[in-house]
Amino acid sequence: MSRITERIIAAKRRGGAFIPFVSAGDPDMATSLSIVLKLAESGSDVIELGVPFSDPMADGPTIQRSSQRALDNGVTLKDVLDLPAEFRKQRDIPIVLFSYFNPILRFGIDEFATAAAASGVDGVLLTDVIEGEAAAISARFADDGIDLISLVAPTTTDERLAAICRNARGFIYAVSRAGVTGARETTSSAAEELVRRVRRFTDLPIAVGFGISTADQVSDVWKYADAAVVGSAIVAEIEKSVSPDDAVRRVEEFVNGLLPPVAKGVDEN
Amino acid sequence: MNYEPNEQGYWGEYGGRFVPETLVAPLDELTSGYFAVRDDPGFHAEFQDLLQNYVGRPSPLYYAKRLSETLGGAKIYLKREDLNHTGAHKINNCIGQILLARRMGKKRIIAETGAGQHGVATATVCALFGLECVVYMGTEDMRRQELNVFRMRLLGAEVRGVDSGSCTLKDAINEALRDWVTNVDTTYYLLGSALGPHPYPLMVRDFQSVIGREARDQIIEKEGRLPDVLVACVGGGSNSIGLFHPFLNDNVRMIGVEAGGRGETLGEHAARFMAAGRVGVLQGTKSYLLQDNDGQIALTHSVSAGLDYASIGPEHAYLHDMNRVEYASANDEDALAAFSTLSETEGIIPALESSHAVAHAIKIAPEMSANDIMIVNLSGRGDKDVNTVQEEFVKRNI
Repeated sequence: MSRITERIIAAKRRGGAFIPFVSAGDPDMATSLSIVLKLAESGSDVIELGVPFSDPMADGPTIQRSSQRALDNGVTLKDVLDLPAEFRKQRDIPIVLFSYFNPILRFGIDEFATAAAASGVDGVLLTDVIEGEAAAISARFADDGIDLISLVAPTTTDERLAAICRNARGFIYAVSRAGVTGARETTSSAAEELVRRVRRFTDLPIAVGFGISTADQVSDVWKYADAAVVGSAIVAEIEKSVSPDDAVRRVEEFVNGLLPPVAKGVDEN
Repeated sequence: MNYEPNEQGYWGEYGGRFVPETLVAPLDELTSGYFAVRDDPGFHAEFQDLLQNYVGRPSPLYYAKRLSETLGGAKIYLKREDLNHTGAHKINNCIGQILLARRMGKKRIIAETGAGQHGVATATVCALFGLECVVYMGTEDMRRQELNVFRMRLLGAEVRGVDSGSCTLKDAINEALRDWVTNVDTTYYLLGSALGPHPYPLMVRDFQSVIGREARDQIIEKEGRLPDVLVACVGGGSNSIGLFHPFLNDNVRMIGVEAGGRGETLGEHAARFMAAGRVGVLQGTKSYLLQDNDGQIALTHSVSAGLDYASIGPEHAYLHDMNRVEYASANDEDALAAFSTLSETEGIIPALESSHAVAHAIKIAPEMSANDIMIVNLSGRGDKDVNTVQEEFVKRNI
């Protein structure tokens, strides 16, 4: 069982796992490291780190702008890969890189797998690589001990769910609704139905993401899934910040309001 | 060879599907919907009827006598897609796809547009069938093609400006994909070029192949033989693949002309096959791609909004690697000069996109013999570009 899987299962025993997302390099790489360390301190079980991309077609405006700020700062995939190595010196929480395919393809799939593993990356999620394309990449990543995380959506048929789950590693990322990333008022009932369908095909933990931004939504997701992913709502706090320190403080405050007291302070390190 | 992609939509290593998981089911639905009508005589009868009576096909294959004589080389024929209803080849694909969307029961149509020609054609077929229409267009393109924005609105479409990235075609496609992923149940994405995830490159090429089928019959009727060379501009690549495809198994030379923009530096042009283009994945398909060393998509430039795109249809990438089609480029200056030349010698004002093809014809025709036959795809008319050209002429003191 991979570190990611173990960690989520352990967190689920206490209620549920919390997986925050931030774009690497927004507002800058040094602040991203501080934010990620703060997230680790504040009850995160796995941290998703977004690789900035010029054409984030699956993302809503908040993450688009965040990605663009990172690119405007000259952040590259190589810079992003330095962060887990620094983070590892202080914390042991699994890190999943969240990327579009092209930056990885340009870096070289082999070179990327080697560099990511050396940096301490545990998993990679490729937004625009679907089942069918994923098998060869997943096998290559596995050679370096990296889990290629699979996404499923409410539109995914049972036949595809079976195929996706057969090759899945780490956890299954269930997209809560048809749409792009971004905070919404309510979580759709489609998410619960999807999680129920996925359960029939795998024992891996299931995380629900897209549109989750409140404490109520997190605890609601934990009722039927193993983990809740919160992205845009955290990124929006970073966007509002007036300084690096303010960004870290805002993220901490926001996450404290998101998680019930029992889930906090359980980082074993 | 039949030049068909495999079941996953690959021509060689190019094409495929690189999309968020949510879009797989609608793309599967689209693929099975398309394959259900692809060989259906009823569908084709309806398609042909509209092409003939609504679009005005077949479009003429016109011998450009004065242009040919002025250049003093090959005999140049123009495939007059500019005479189609709405003024460009884009309508061919829109008729095909709207008939498919209707059969699939979709009531809401979305599209992206660069120069506005595809947006206008989409708005037109939506008006024809009384369907809701939303067109995404980069704000830079809205500025450049103001007249087409107004035309779309006149036709009842909602035009949504896209203010991200370079504010051009690429960004409009991103936004259309975001709309589609959000509204998959109700919405049909009417993509305008031979681009994007499978089955779009195949489907758009099929619908546009009417251009090449007609041209092939017409040249045989007029000249009693096949042409020596075909020339067409290549943005995403739909007008060129439409002309080329029916000739692929013939001994005919083919040249796709990309936008050379204002220089060879990355960011100054949209010539994907020049040195800077490397294979990558953008907007659902694997193809040649203008990108930087970190895999970020490069900005592009062309005086013509319709060629201003960082990637190219996957079938072109395959034909390029097979050496079946040659690819050249014409820069902004050449295209503007060709725009004037065709206007003055033939009384035909070409679209700036098509002017790139004309520019290349002007370059190579004099080196050919008077017995050689060339067909240039005049993919659109230039009325929409008159303001832009006027501005460019003022800048250059022409």
